[in-house]
Amino acid sequence: METWWRALTFSLGYNTSVVTLGAMLLAAAAGMVGAFVLLRKRALVSDAISHSTLPGLALAFILVGLATGDGRLLPALLLGAAASAALGLWAVQAISAHTRLGEDAAIGAVLSSFFAFGVVLITVIQSMAVAGQSGLTGYLVGATAGMLASEAKLIAACALGLLLAVMVLRRDLLLLCFDADFARTQGINTWRLDLIMLLLLMAIVVVGLRVTGLILIVALTIIPPVAARFWTDEPMRMVALAALLGALAGYLGVTLSSVREGLPTGPLIVLAAFLLFLVSFLVSPRRGVLASLLAHRRLRSRVHLRQGLLSLGRDEPIFDDLTLALLRRRGYIRRDGVPTEAGLAAARDAEHEEKLWALYRSRYPDDALHREHAGLVPIHEVLSPDAIMALEAQLMGAGRAAR
Amino acid sequence: MPDARLGKRVIASPLAIQGLTVSYDHRPVVQSVDFVTPPGSMTAIIGPNGAGKSTLLKAALGITRRLTGEVRVFGHPLEQMTRHVAYVPQRNSVDWDFPARVIDVVAMGLFRDLRWWQFGGRTQRRRAMEALTRVGMEGFAERQIGQLSGGQQQRVFLARALIQEADLTILDEPFAGVDAATETAIVEVLKSLRDEGRTLLCVHHDLATVRGYFDHVLLLNVRSIAAGPVAEAFNEANLQATYGGRLSPLQLARLMEPLASEGGR
Repeated sequence: METWWRALTFSLGYNTSVVTLGAMLLAAAAGMVGAFVLLRKRALVSDAISHSTLPGLALAFILVGLATGDGRLLPALLLGAAASAALGLWAVQAISAHTRLGEDAAIGAVLSSFFAFGVVLITVIQSMAVAGQSGLTGYLVGATAGMLASEAKLIAACALGLLLAVMVLRRDLLLLCFDADFARTQGINTWRLDLIMLLLLMAIVVVGLRVTGLILIVALTIIPPVAARFWTDEPMRMVALAALLGALAGYLGVTLSSVREGLPTGPLIVLAAFLLFLVSFLVSPRRGVLASLLAHRRLRSRVHLRQGLLSLGRDEPIFDDLTLALLRRRGYIRRDGVPTEAGLAAARDAEHEEKLWALYRSRYPDDALHREHAGLVPIHEVLSPDAIMALEAQLMGAGRAAR
Repeated sequence: MPDARLGKRVIASPLAIQGLTVSYDHRPVVQSVDFVTPPGSMTAIIGPNGAGKSTLLKAALGITRRLTGEVRVFGHPLEQMTRHVAYVPQRNSVDWDFPARVIDVVAMGLFRDLRWWQFGGRTQRRRAMEALTRVGMEGFAERQIGQLSGGQQQRVFLARALIQEADLTILDEPFAGVDAATETAIVEVLKSLRDEGRTLLCVHHDLATVRGYFDHVLLLNVRSIAAGPVAEAFNEANLQATYGGRLSPLQLARLMEPLASEGGR
């Protein structure tokens, strides 16, 4: 616990601090790119990319290992990973463009083949006489514990560059995601922009290999944007929030993994991200489970109360328990069910409101259709005073005519 | 300068299409269509389902790839002139559950005027609100777009086109699935655009309203069957040729009745 606190407050030494910051930047960039990829409905592509990095990673390790005796050279490994990820991406594109298979099927085929090949290469590596074989598992589940400050700086610099690139392209990307046809009429080369988006995603995956490992980097491009979606309806805010949540997950995950030697970073970051998602899912005021539960209950009591008051006004018996409880709690009826003065007044108000709403609905059917909870909220909360005055006048006129 | 070999009509036209052919799977869906949009006109493109109406527009706009053919905007290639053209796509072409409010969608029409380091400021917001007011949607600016009715969604798309202040606005079935009030509102906006001297080109489905809404018409069934002012080109023979006998004599007779009968619209 104490170690974690020191990690959280960046007082666990220079190395750990740099690594934490690097991972946070990377996770922020992943959240940002991931938000656009998610909005473009291509979230699975990142899965294909990450799995197809393995053969390139292993091949680079073998080549560097044969040349120098130790395969662990970060730039070379990342380059190899990028090359084979690019090949995998190209394969997915080619398959979905030239066959009748959809992109999801192409992703499945490419992902598994590339990963299988990578696993075969890993077994080859384990029988080789080069140093650093065990370091390779760090690329599967992520390991920031043994990371050098120079490596962390490389990751941080790349992540910063990616963040900047997304910032520059944000409006074009948004147009592409929402309405690609429209984007094209705005002079955007959507084919090229789609490619750029995938390249950004690929860069994220490759740079993130060392931090979360290749299997789990997908989570960083999907979970934070999905969690962010719960909190906002504004596109750019969602992107920014995805970056923020990603960074937070990275911060929590990396610091947790520095508590004890050998704790895997990737899974901890992903679990932290999932925790943020869970919180968003439950308590988001817009789309969260609790909010919709509360809204549902509020609406139900409103309906019951209104019906109870109308029955009261018409002197009809009420049997529903919830309705009775609601009326009693507000002091509209006595314990024995007899209406109070306040209850009768409220019933008259309710009846009047009901008439106003009915008139409104018959006069402006289109508008009425799109007012939320039309008829159940007090009409003065929805309509302007002059609109209500007009309705009242009409109601009086109608009453006089009827007489 | 526009190419001197082009005719005067082409240079004056906000959208001149020459020999446009589009094919899907080696089958032409639009074949050798020539059409010179008269400037300041309101033109309907009509034809049966699968006649290639939307495809023609999408190919002209560079959304769908064309097999051959030339598209010129005031005599220049389209690529240099995208600023002069606004596009209102079909409503169902986007995901309305997208995280965006009405004002966000309208502001998209201004994106290309903003550099990346700029943030959309008060001017952008004011212009977006103006466009929304023009389509009667100013009260919905902060709504999530998924909460809108079909007619309201169509109005938002129209507002996004309005904000571009383009010389030519191309609309793909703007009246599909909208309520009567929205249809009237949209027609009013389109007519006011024409009165400002702008040009409108519109894929249209409802033959009964062609004469009431439009002044020019292009009858299309893969090939261009006829084109010209509604008073001349929108006649029984051309409709028969376009719809290939799918219109009953009764329907045709009703379409040809004097306009006064639908004066209530």
